[in-house]
Amino acid sequence: MSNLFDSYRRQFLGGLGMTAAAVTLAPGVILREVQAKPDDEAVTNKVRWGMLIDTNKLTDGGDGMVAACKKEHGWGNDPNASPAQQSQWVRKVTFKDKLTKHETSLPVMCQHCETAPCVDVCPTGASFKRADGIVLVDKHICIGCRYCMMACPYKARSFVHEHLENQQPHSPRGIGTVESCTLCVHRIDMGEQPACIEAAPPKAAVFGDLNDPDSTISKAMKKYGGQQIRADLGLNTGVRYWGI
Amino acid sequence: MSVTDQSLSPEQIRASRNSKLVFTEWQIADKAFYGLLGVVGLFILTAAIAFFYVEHHGHFVTGMNNQVVWGMPHVFAIFLIVAASGAANIGSLGTVFNKQEYRPLGRLSLVMAMALLLGGLAVLVLDLGHADRLIIAMTYYNFKSIFAWNIMLYNGFLVIMAIYLWSMMDRGRWAKKLYKPVGYVGFIWRFILTTGTGSIFGFLVARQYYDAAILAPLFIAASYVFGTACFILGLVFFYKFSKRALSQSIQNRLRYTLALFIALVLFFELVRHLTNLYATEHHGVETYILSGGDKITWLFWVGQILLGSLLPLLLIWLPALQNDQRAFLGAAALAIFGGLCQLYVIIIGGQLYPVVLFPNASTESNFADGSIATYSASMPELALGVGGVALSIFVILIAAKVLRLLPEKLANE
Repeated sequence: MSNLFDSYRRQFLGGLGMTAAAVTLAPGVILREVQAKPDDEAVTNKVRWGMLIDTNKLTDGGDGMVAACKKEHGWGNDPNASPAQQSQWVRKVTFKDKLTKHETSLPVMCQHCETAPCVDVCPTGASFKRADGIVLVDKHICIGCRYCMMACPYKARSFVHEHLENQQPHSPRGIGTVESCTLCVHRIDMGEQPACIEAAPPKAAVFGDLNDPDSTISKAMKKYGGQQIRADLGLNTGVRYWGI
Repeated sequence: MSVTDQSLSPEQIRASRNSKLVFTEWQIADKAFYGLLGVVGLFILTAAIAFFYVEHHGHFVTGMNNQVVWGMPHVFAIFLIVAASGAANIGSLGTVFNKQEYRPLGRLSLVMAMALLLGGLAVLVLDLGHADRLIIAMTYYNFKSIFAWNIMLYNGFLVIMAIYLWSMMDRGRWAKKLYKPVGYVGFIWRFILTTGTGSIFGFLVARQYYDAAILAPLFIAASYVFGTACFILGLVFFYKFSKRALSQSIQNRLRYTLALFIALVLFFELVRHLTNLYATEHHGVETYILSGGDKITWLFWVGQILLGSLLPLLLIWLPALQNDQRAFLGAAALAIFGGLCQLYVIIIGGQLYPVVLFPNASTESNFADGSIATYSASMPELALGVGGVALSIFVILIAAKVLRLLPEKLANE
């Protein structure tokens, strides 16, 4: 019995080592995995972009990722909005299991659902999913009804409560419209990774193509799975976690 | 036979039965009419100022935030929209259910329905982050969205009610031919419209207090309460001010209709809360609403249940108060108050309770995860909401003055 247990343990640790190695290599590998898309080429559903976050390796609980997102997109310090009115593209959430008292921290952002409730409820179609799985808001036809914010189970969407100046050119934000994590679509289209991935502690987060069985993220998830927040809702999220 | 009519001789009753219904415009002195319009207009003006103030600064000047995204304007807007559907019920009772007693009231019923819907839609639209993009809401449709369907249902309602009203008022051949069919279409349309409005919340999987099919029938039942209550106040107001006779019989009918629907809403609420209390996953939100101790709990038990439902039922069914018009009007006013409380509890209460990300854990963040959010309506929000009510009243007053909506007397049985 104990031999059997040891054998399982060896297999598990071996697998963990392999994945750790893969994730360590990931930044280099991913730069080759995420290819820049020519501007005149349409987005296709051949790829589905996704993210895997290992909460056990998030030594800061996601603070670094949140800070990087704020810097990249310029949200969180709107001059007039109250704290509850500030945008929250990504936030650090800490939860403690009621029985085991085990505490986990993780960054929660738009989960880029396959069947996104925000896309379903949007009256004008401003809330939409790109062919490559990225859920976005078309700021030109968003009427600011906030129904998508009511519908998002992750509370990942924010409403811009005031006029804004000096915005990031690659990430325009507009008064009276809704916004959320874009998965750094402007970087992805240039063949780069999202800002939060680059800012995550070593081996803690990996980004890539979920449709490519040979991508690092697909291999890692095939081996150890990838948990979803509120998996019961059946939304097949593009953002997955380990350790929740 | 009612108390009022007992004083009439059989000949007089027969004469009144045979007398033809004569519809006339609302007879009111110009001074009083324009004075009334002026007062109501002030509320509309305040709402307009509130709208431009929020439009200019952005929603940071309101109490709404990224946790409570729909606030006081939505409570008023949804109340008015739901009440609109219910107000048209008086028309349906005459046309679809062939209740002759209600037929003379059909015109006022439809005008009130249209006016209430206009008021509600105005509030809803003016609270948008981009009210200037209304044309986009009319030209870009996502047919999977119940909101998009509602836009069509609301616009369709206005058109159908207008044709229905014309078919009631015009003496032409076509109008007579269309009266019944349009009445039926209106009746079914109302049913779908309120189902659609309830489904705005019923279709939301994200929040613990919503995501329930029972919200659709609950809203239908509530629409009858709100609409009947608004209609009662409107009807008695016009008859009092023009010194026309309003029979006790019609008042009693409306009184019992109101009571019946209040009881129905209570039944749906009971079923909804019992179902939630049975499912462990909803214990948290039910505990918060029913016994959380903050204003939501008070609004539910004191506002909606005690003052808004049980007291009106008492005022209606207490034998000592039978035929007492003040008790009747009190019941209607309290039912409206209860309805506003009910919608506040559903809309605001449902958002104050945190979104559950991890069901078996206690959760915290810098963004109200795991804790009750806060919300208090700002003045511009209140002004906008009240302005919607004022707009409805404004339209009704003008319509009653220029159209032949009301019969000279409603004293015949």
